[in-house]
Amino acid sequence: MNKKTRILGLLATTVLAGTILAGTTVVQAQQTRLTVATVNNGDMIVMQKLSSRFEQANPDIKLDWVVLEENVLRQRVTTDIATKGGQYDVLTIGTYEVPIWAKQGWIKKFDNLSADYDVADVLKPVREGLSYEGTLYALPFYAESSMTYYRTDLVQKTGLTMPERPTYDQIKEIASKIHDPANQVYGICLRGKPGWGENMAFLSTMVNTFGGQWFDKDWNTKIESPEWKQAVSFYIDLLKNYGPPGASSNGFNENLAMFSNGQCGIWIDATVAAGMVFNPATSKVSDKLGFAQAPVASWPKGSNWLWSWALAVPESSKKEAAAKKFVTWATSKEYIKLVGETEGWVSAPPGTRASTYDNKQYVEAAPFAKFVEQAIETADPINTTKNPKSYVGVQFAGIPEFQAIGTQTGQTMAAALTGQMTVDQALKTAQSAAERAMRQAGYKK
Amino acid sequence: MSSAKSGVLSFVLGWGAALLLFFPILWMLLTGFKTEVEAIATPPTLFFSPTMENYQAVFQRADYLSFAINSVVVSVVATALAILIAVPAAYVMAFFPTKRTRGTLLWMLSTKMMPPVGVLVPMYLLFRDFGLLDTLTGLVIIYTLMNLPIVIWMLYTFFKEVPPEILEAGRMDGARAKQEVTLLLLPLALPGIASTSLLSIILCWNEAFWSLNLSAHNAAPLTAFIASFSSPEGLFWAKLSAASTLAIAPILVFGWMSQRQLVRGLTFGAVK
Repeated sequence: MNKKTRILGLLATTVLAGTILAGTTVVQAQQTRLTVATVNNGDMIVMQKLSSRFEQANPDIKLDWVVLEENVLRQRVTTDIATKGGQYDVLTIGTYEVPIWAKQGWIKKFDNLSADYDVADVLKPVREGLSYEGTLYALPFYAESSMTYYRTDLVQKTGLTMPERPTYDQIKEIASKIHDPANQVYGICLRGKPGWGENMAFLSTMVNTFGGQWFDKDWNTKIESPEWKQAVSFYIDLLKNYGPPGASSNGFNENLAMFSNGQCGIWIDATVAAGMVFNPATSKVSDKLGFAQAPVASWPKGSNWLWSWALAVPESSKKEAAAKKFVTWATSKEYIKLVGETEGWVSAPPGTRASTYDNKQYVEAAPFAKFVEQAIETADPINTTKNPKSYVGVQFAGIPEFQAIGTQTGQTMAAALTGQMTVDQALKTAQSAAERAMRQAGYKK
Repeated sequence: MSSAKSGVLSFVLGWGAALLLFFPILWMLLTGFKTEVEAIATPPTLFFSPTMENYQAVFQRADYLSFAINSVVVSVVATALAILIAVPAAYVMAFFPTKRTRGTLLWMLSTKMMPPVGVLVPMYLLFRDFGLLDTLTGLVIIYTLMNLPIVIWMLYTFFKEVPPEILEAGRMDGARAKQEVTLLLLPLALPGIASTSLLSIILCWNEAFWSLNLSAHNAAPLTAFIASFSSPEGLFWAKLSAASTLAIAPILVFGWMSQRQLVRGLTFGAVK
């Protein structure tokens, strides 16, 4: 009897404890709690840290943070929005999602911004990238394009100079002279890890500047074209001859680590890396760092990508007013000033506002500022490719099917890089997979 | 082969396997004390001056205790519920089998073969309609259901090792079914129940798919805590390692303390 009582008692206590703890989420009366879903990027961490200022100024609003890995966040938030779960009040999404989600009616409009917000100050390409049918559906937290980073000491040794906007042939020539694998210094580091946001983000800009595109104006897939073949062959040749070993597993973070460690002569990637490689606490090459625009080939446009991490409010949120109040605060000129004054101007969220680049303190603290501004200003998601196209986006096609098409193409490109496929085989495989997906989605009969 | 030689061989193999299995944990532990640049250095740095900056950053950025409490509550309550449901089920299947018992057991196990993502949307809709999203109750329900097949299977195997004659003798002395289970079966199968409970707790603790998809802020357990330190744009390995060390530490200590019970349970009835 004793044993029985003990077992039952233990179970009852455990269940009771669980129930009590489950019920401890007491929401204070009249306080609006906002759940903010975001990614673990440096600028977002600063936002989380400084958000106590917002709470102090708005004691009726309390922020709960959900920080997730980018792909997990995308999947998690998509499930919640598509099923109208209403778990989140503020979402961190990118330029790719905003027009698609706006078209679906998943996110709320930002059409009544106050004069104080000064929406005209937001850089035009960024503003356009976050709009659908001329209306803003998300406000930019930070924005990025792509640019070339190089080691000034290594380039100097070659006797060559890096132009402000190099061509791919010049990049190849400089990389070939820097390449010194015996001392673990590689001529060039580029993204090779498969994924629409990894190797295909870079490779798409390369295809654009070699005169190619994903789809033409009638949604015909153009992967198996001479321009793609030329761009992909050039990319594979660069990485195979002057790149690090195992380049097919290198994404943004891996290349950032290698470049910061002094193992890459040239690196072409996101402008957001500028602050990281310029920071002596995280980079061994901060004192020998050179910047240039993203390289070009035969077609001068489309070599700069455009991406922005933006804050949006889902239609399922029942706290629209409070959520919009927070979003406008976190993307305002005042917030950028607050970051500059508390965290140092080099940490100010880049790429969103003209006023950031007019600020002398920022330009002095971040010598790469003008390159970033110019890269973003020249990125044009609409007029990108040599021949007319049907989609919006520089390094992606702004249609829901693109994630799958881009990732599958990325896998075949990685297979070509590792030598499992020839370039022709890889392009043929990617072309037929993309054609199939487009047919199934109803773009082509 | 002489017994001395085979002893040396099993010693080397045993230690080799143990070191191989322990190495990732050791590496994670070491990485947590490196700077972000040291953490990604090639070749890897073996000798370095340890820093606590990652642990400081982790504690500064996330409320570890709240995640840990959620993990403890969800794992313990889900395990208790699973055992409560599984004991009568396994008892009936072990001692009063019908021609459908084997099929039922296999059917239960087959539910574990389905990838969870296949039922994500229906489960999400159910959770939304019953107000269970981001609640501990919701996670307890899903973890209980998730582990129930394996808990019933394990208990069934342990109960089969108990000689039915002992229960029959109890019945002859007038014990009712409830008394038979609580006074005879449970004490006899206690090592098995203990090891099943431990395994269930470990499975709940490590579960990431459902916890990441069905919780947001209020019910997020330690798996969500770890996931929050991975970054698409920036170096994160050292902080992620520190967060992972903190997340696995409680279950590692718990497993270490109860390993005797666990091994006893898992080998229960192996030699009759």
